[in-house]
Amino acid sequence: MSIDTVSQAEQTPDRSQPFAELGLKADEYERIREILERRPTSSELAMYSVMWSEHCSYKSSKVHLKQFGDKAPKTDKLLVGIGENAGVVDIGQGWAVTFKVESHNHPSYVEPYQGAATGIGGIVRDIIAMGARPLAIMDPLRFGPADAADTLRVLPGIVSGIGGYGNCLGLPNIGGEIIFDESYAGNPLVNALCIGAMRHNEIHLASAKGVGNLVVLYGARTGGDGIGGVSVLASETFDADSPAKRPSVQVGDPFMEKLLIEATLEVLHGGLVEGIQDLGGAGISCATSELASNGDGGMHVWLDRVLLRDATLTPEEILMSESQERMCAVVAPGNIDAFMKIIQKWDVEAVVIGEVTNSGRLTVDWHGERIVDVPPRTVAHEGPIYERPYARPDWQDALQADVPTPERLARPVNASQMRMTLLKMLASPNLASKSWVTDQFDRYVLGNTVLAQPEDAGMVRIDEESGLGVAISTDCNGRFTKLDPYTGTQLALAESYRNVCASGAEPLAVTNCLNFGSPEDPDVMWQFAEATRGLADGCLQLGIPVTGGNVSFYNQTGTTAILPTPVVGVLGVIQNVELRTPIAWKNDGELIFVLGDTRDEFAGSEWANHMHQHLGGLPPKVDLERERSLGEVLVTGSREGILSAAHDVSDGGIVQVIVEMALNSGIGAIITIPEGMDRFTFLFSESAGRAVVAVSPNEVQRFFALCAAKELPVTQIGIVDSTAGFASQTQVVKIADMFTLTFAELYEAHTKTLPALFA
Amino acid sequence: MRIGVVTFPGSLDDRDAARAVRLAGGEAVALWHGDADLKKVDAVILPGGFSYGDYLRCGAISRFAPVMSEVVAAANGGLPVLGICNGFQILCESHLLPGALTRNENLHFICRDQKLRIEDTNSSWTSSYTSGQEIIVPLKNGEGCFVADEKTLDQLEGEGRVIARYLDVNPNGSLRDIAGIRNSRGNVVGLMPHPEHAVEQLTGPTTDGLGFFTSILTSMVNS
Repeated sequence: MSIDTVSQAEQTPDRSQPFAELGLKADEYERIREILERRPTSSELAMYSVMWSEHCSYKSSKVHLKQFGDKAPKTDKLLVGIGENAGVVDIGQGWAVTFKVESHNHPSYVEPYQGAATGIGGIVRDIIAMGARPLAIMDPLRFGPADAADTLRVLPGIVSGIGGYGNCLGLPNIGGEIIFDESYAGNPLVNALCIGAMRHNEIHLASAKGVGNLVVLYGARTGGDGIGGVSVLASETFDADSPAKRPSVQVGDPFMEKLLIEATLEVLHGGLVEGIQDLGGAGISCATSELASNGDGGMHVWLDRVLLRDATLTPEEILMSESQERMCAVVAPGNIDAFMKIIQKWDVEAVVIGEVTNSGRLTVDWHGERIVDVPPRTVAHEGPIYERPYARPDWQDALQADVPTPERLARPVNASQMRMTLLKMLASPNLASKSWVTDQFDRYVLGNTVLAQPEDAGMVRIDEESGLGVAISTDCNGRFTKLDPYTGTQLALAESYRNVCASGAEPLAVTNCLNFGSPEDPDVMWQFAEATRGLADGCLQLGIPVTGGNVSFYNQTGTTAILPTPVVGVLGVIQNVELRTPIAWKNDGELIFVLGDTRDEFAGSEWANHMHQHLGGLPPKVDLERERSLGEVLVTGSREGILSAAHDVSDGGIVQVIVEMALNSGIGAIITIPEGMDRFTFLFSESAGRAVVAVSPNEVQRFFALCAAKELPVTQIGIVDSTAGFASQTQVVKIADMFTLTFAELYEAHTKTLPALFA
Repeated sequence: MRIGVVTFPGSLDDRDAARAVRLAGGEAVALWHGDADLKKVDAVILPGGFSYGDYLRCGAISRFAPVMSEVVAAANGGLPVLGICNGFQILCESHLLPGALTRNENLHFICRDQKLRIEDTNSSWTSSYTSGQEIIVPLKNGEGCFVADEKTLDQLEGEGRVIARYLDVNPNGSLRDIAGIRNSRGNVVGLMPHPEHAVEQLTGPTTDGLGFFTSILTSMVNS
């Protein structure tokens, strides 16, 4: 078969090329021709097409993401910022932490198990590429209605995929989210977060420096999986002898990934690596062009040296393959033997595929013929940038005007209606216990998990001597962002921030995974613009920088976009994990307080959603200064041992929080309704800026002083009481003079929903 | 007291087993699957994980590791060996213990805090417990369903070689609620739940698991 070489490209300038099938626009193709001053070879076309895709180039989002840098708060905590594989944050004591969340939405819809599994694999490699040991993973997930047929298809597969890969890889799964909404019916969201730690001097970057240094590809062999669109090229160019078409979703091998982690950390710690990059989207094209672009500017690759699973792959397909569990390292010639010895010790295959040059070009040869000769920056970093048109949707006003007043949505008024509402809400798919899912994930491995689901935040210990640790939470209520993307995104940030503070950790940095519909739809683009503006403004106000993130567009079924879902992850540090605050109260007699103000705010609430299938109005008010004061009380209260328990108030309101705190502690409570407060509003409102805490009577004076110092409203709402249900010989939650619920009833309502649907 | 912890490719809870040994007061010694060398240790732990990715069958490839020929010979000579989870599977594949571990009854991986009853305290690894003592330690496996033929089960029970049983819930369908067994001599123990994850109040549900590691240290001192 014939290979399309650079010299052929020069000789046949007019050969028509399938750029449109590869997703390139005519003007983008023209730009490639201008850059190269000739037509691209088919290999070059393949590289540009995938690197200039939305997924790799952020061409529609870049102009908006710029704000995260422009509006970044001043901080000396950020050791590596946006643009690298993952941001790196200084957490003190010589330790640094890196964390990132990415989407794997579309593959998980096509093939739930492998889509979700390789989502974990990809984010973990991003973390090891920074030089960090991965510590834990988390998964923010969104599905269609819990009882929809397709949810039954995708959810079990996605859950098994996350477990199958993460459990075998040996990383604890410490939390995440599972939310059901109609809008995700044809487009579930599978986001994966990984966090890793390293010493300051262990940070590594993706750059190819030092002329003559060797480029090593190691890990799994390259196969025909995950090639996707590029197979068009193969079929255009060659008819006979081309390999069988493989599924476009990649297949994961967590065992190989585990070996890759251990081998990579050993070569990094041995000082044997000059630069390192993982292979994810766009495979070898991405790794080589990014390494070269970030380094001395030149690299030569002998592509025929790549170890293959399928000997019939064409060079274009090898460049594009997204086979999993591969890494690329830049190694000085003097270190190559030591490097190879360690890689072999872990039974991993490796081969030198190239070297760093000072040519300023990325050149690729295939059996002695030049098939790629490009300036690497034009592939990796100088792709097209679009200012997509956006406009406030014409339906936005009507949506916001549809306020859930008592006249519009009937509210429970008497005790028996309140009781029934509470039980129905507790059993709703969004509020029900997620343990059927999380019990399929290993939360213990590595022995450093301090808090995991259903806690507000996941927390892991990093230093066994000092007790230094980190906490992390991811949040987003897509209904709030639909009602008002700017405020909704700030509410997601506020909730995540609050969750981290509630665990006792001090927030340091932010990551995000921005899941939206089509950027070519001005309505969606407006949501995206507003969301990024809200997040950037919010982070500036809270004083915590965005360290990285991910954008996923085109999440829609037909022309209907998903709820805008900017998942926000906040990372916090805690000096001594022994001082963490759990959600379970500890002892009889502890006093229960709510911090913050409760208002009549039901737009976008779980109550409106579950009881009335209603979405309209304006989301709850967000007050980031208040969030900051609340955070300071929660963190100081933890550090000084004032708080026995703390739980952020969000979906489902105060009553959901009380039930979760009680069930997790095994001790009941008597709740009182503050004077002058509407009972329904008190129990179910989703006002932001609130937390419920339990305080031992001995600590109440210090607690009040702390709240007063921060001018934070505090209201006692009950007492931990194991005797309230004395007559029934069981623990109960008693809600004022209205009703009493036994733990048996609460367990029944809270824990049966997911197993009934999916087990 | 030197306790070896073997790392196979795909071992995951090796660091945790070593930590548990240290917290119990012993010295943890790292052993490598590819080296037929037990480094003169006084006992060996085969940790949990997915050695060789559980490919072919859990533990089926690891039993052929160079270190295992040494472990099998030494165990037959009386060296105390504890296999946890994947380690238990390797012990069964090596025929140091009878029976096999198969897919959980419900076909799901399960991670939960599991109540156990210690039934036999005559092994090297359970002497710190009292017979009938109830403990809670994490359980996390996909293939933890202990099976054996009726005759073997009767023999295990008859000889008092069931060291621990599941209480309240049988999480994986194990026959006769068996969570762990020992060989006749009592030096080789296999256990599906993870005592090494219940050694610190901070990170485990209890510290009930520590007994397995103090048992070995005490029994070595006494012997």
